[in-house]
Amino acid sequence: MAAEASIPTTLFSGAWIVARREIRDQFRDWRILAPILLLTLFFPLLMNFTASQAVDFVGRYGAPIIGERLIPFLLMVVGFFPISISIVIALESFAGERERQTLEPLLATPLSDGQLYLGKTAASLVPPLAAAYLGITVYLIGLLVKVQWVPSLQLLIQILSLTTIQAMVMVSGAIVISSLTTSVRAANLLASFIIIPVAMLIMGESMIMFWGRYHILWWIVLALMLIAIVLTRMGLRLFNREELLARELDVLDLRGSGRRFWSSFLSDARNPVEWYGGLFQKSFKRIRFPILITSAILLIGFFVGYRQAAVFKLPAEIFQMNAFDKDWLMILREFGMLTPNGVVKILWANIRALILATILGVFTFGVVAEILLLVPLAITGYFAGSLTQAGLDASQYLTALVLPHAIIEVPAAILSGAAILQLGMAAISLPKGSSLGEGWTTSLAEWARISIGIVLPLLIAAAILEVFLTPRIAVWVLSGS
Amino acid sequence: MSSIEANSLCKKFGTFTAVDDVSLHVKPGEILALLGPNGAGKTTTIRMLASILKPTHGNAKIAGYDIEHEQEAVRSVVGLLTEQHGLYNRMRAGEYLDFFGSVYGLDSSMIQQRINTLLDEYKLQEFTNLRLGQYSKGMRQKLALVRALLHEPQVLLLDEPTSAMDPESAHHVRGSIVELRSADRAIIVCTHNLFEAEALADRIAIIRRGKIIANDSPLELKRMMVGDPVMELRLACSLDGALEHLPEGIVEIAAGDNWVRYSTSQADVVNPEILYSLAKAGIPVVTLSRVERSLEEVYLQVVSEDDSQEGTIDGR
Repeated sequence: MAAEASIPTTLFSGAWIVARREIRDQFRDWRILAPILLLTLFFPLLMNFTASQAVDFVGRYGAPIIGERLIPFLLMVVGFFPISISIVIALESFAGERERQTLEPLLATPLSDGQLYLGKTAASLVPPLAAAYLGITVYLIGLLVKVQWVPSLQLLIQILSLTTIQAMVMVSGAIVISSLTTSVRAANLLASFIIIPVAMLIMGESMIMFWGRYHILWWIVLALMLIAIVLTRMGLRLFNREELLARELDVLDLRGSGRRFWSSFLSDARNPVEWYGGLFQKSFKRIRFPILITSAILLIGFFVGYRQAAVFKLPAEIFQMNAFDKDWLMILREFGMLTPNGVVKILWANIRALILATILGVFTFGVVAEILLLVPLAITGYFAGSLTQAGLDASQYLTALVLPHAIIEVPAAILSGAAILQLGMAAISLPKGSSLGEGWTTSLAEWARISIGIVLPLLIAAAILEVFLTPRIAVWVLSGS
Repeated sequence: MSSIEANSLCKKFGTFTAVDDVSLHVKPGEILALLGPNGAGKTTTIRMLASILKPTHGNAKIAGYDIEHEQEAVRSVVGLLTEQHGLYNRMRAGEYLDFFGSVYGLDSSMIQQRINTLLDEYKLQEFTNLRLGQYSKGMRQKLALVRALLHEPQVLLLDEPTSAMDPESAHHVRGSIVELRSADRAIIVCTHNLFEAEALADRIAIIRRGKIIANDSPLELKRMMVGDPVMELRLACSLDGALEHLPEGIVEIAAGDNWVRYSTSQADVVNPEILYSLAKAGIPVVTLSRVERSLEEVYLQVVSEDDSQEGTIDGR
């Protein structure tokens, strides 16, 4: 009987079947069709009128450059407005289908999760992008006729690339949001997480274009491509049958999350010895790749700082050799060094920095946390480079002023950075069968295990060494130099 | 060989166990009703068998394909009627079925042939010009059934096929399901409707709190769960003096002025004996008949036993 049924063989053939149906369905919905037509045909003509009026106006007052810069900006705007509809279509396609309960028959077919994802993504992208390209064409034809303006090939490619990649970012973001909700209403509310950053991006792009720094647009295209890749990976992780059907309600289960966190934090340990055993055997194993990445980043930061000392030179006289004597220790004591109060101050500063790095790391896939941790190493590298530039032995100074506490503080920073990176990447590297909430809570527990179990004791030890030992070693090693 | 072989299927959502150690075997040509209240785990079981959800433990084979490792093959031999019809309101029947035919990899001439046959069979041909949003509930459910049958699946999984339908539509859909029985198709019908389960199924598996607590034919379940058949004797006169003619070993259940109900495991021996004895004593008999026991009694009995014992009764 079932011999007649087969599976759409390629990823694209299956995806195209899904996309074709959805595109057809969109063209039956006047709420989608009307704005697309309006933004494709009427809006470019309006922009033509605006551009020609602006060129005339500023030309009359001897400021033609404003007109010249306005026209490419409006070209970008003409492309952007139709693609803004892609968010609405994506939210409808993913969250809407789920809300209307039409998704399950589709999930029961032989199509793979990837085919469904790709098909729906294509359906959300193709009509708005086609409308955007058409709108740009209408705008350019209008400009050619009215003010005889033709864009350079590079500008045209930049605008088309920006339009396309922005649509991809918005759609992949909308899919992530839709996968986390069960209703279009909830998805629309969460869509502000896409709309606000994209609006800020457009403002930034407009400033770049008004300043005529068009080459920066390529960097924006590159950054957006990376974001689209990250969001697509995240969407593919979240858009699967298991996750779609297991999520019944948008409820915040704090108690359940708390239980999961506590269970992952304890990791079945019955006493501190077992807990530490698990920490060293399991947690270290899990974050070994982030440890490598963080170590490499910190090392790069040090060497970049070192190299920059040759570019931004410090005057040699600021390195006073005879400054490291007993008077120096007295001055340090006034600032709380060589006292328990100093330990508390340094420890608190380090903890604050790690908390800030964690918060920022969570929202930036760990990127900003790595940058924050890189800065002190870059400064240290710059200090070492400046000493070398001044003809001094940098290794002697580093050994005296940095190494006594850095030998503990740097491993703490690497471990902390690795744990934050792991936490930040949790959303795009979910274990199979885990929901976003489950995966994130488990990673948060892992972060807490490493932070409380290893990083905090190391930071306490480093602060004690920095306050009581480093100044004395500095005096011992450097006072006679 | 069974078309559906599920062994110790278990599904957990976080800490909640939706399906716990469910084993089911359905042969080709057989209809199994998965009977249970809302939230018993019927839909989750069906979704696992349709390779939409992965089991946490256990395994199952559908038409020889493993539900975990051959998911796409499983989905290509299963026809699933979901509890919600899941139709696209702006589409028309032909276009809708054409889409699903393409998804199942059927060629276009085969799709057209199947669409025409099935729409005729389910009397939907005259409504092909309407948008699906304009269909009545019964028509939608029938079309959803057509969708599930489009690729002639070897296994049909029907999740609450008549839920929230008016009696007439439900009657039509039930009739359609009975017609689907064929020598090489295994069917599971999920329902919380006792009448539906009894009317449609060769076997009934009662599921409660994710566990199968009984699994047998409706008749055997009745026999097992509510005991020996109950007989009702009605007389044309008062019962006084008649009871002494009832043989020993029968259990009197209830009695009125001119009637008595008793249960016996040997009705074919006991009943002629009673009639002979009464006739000999000149006591006029109006009727002696078997009292029909409803599946509802069986269900309530099984459920109450499950409540008190937390045990499993499996007649297989």
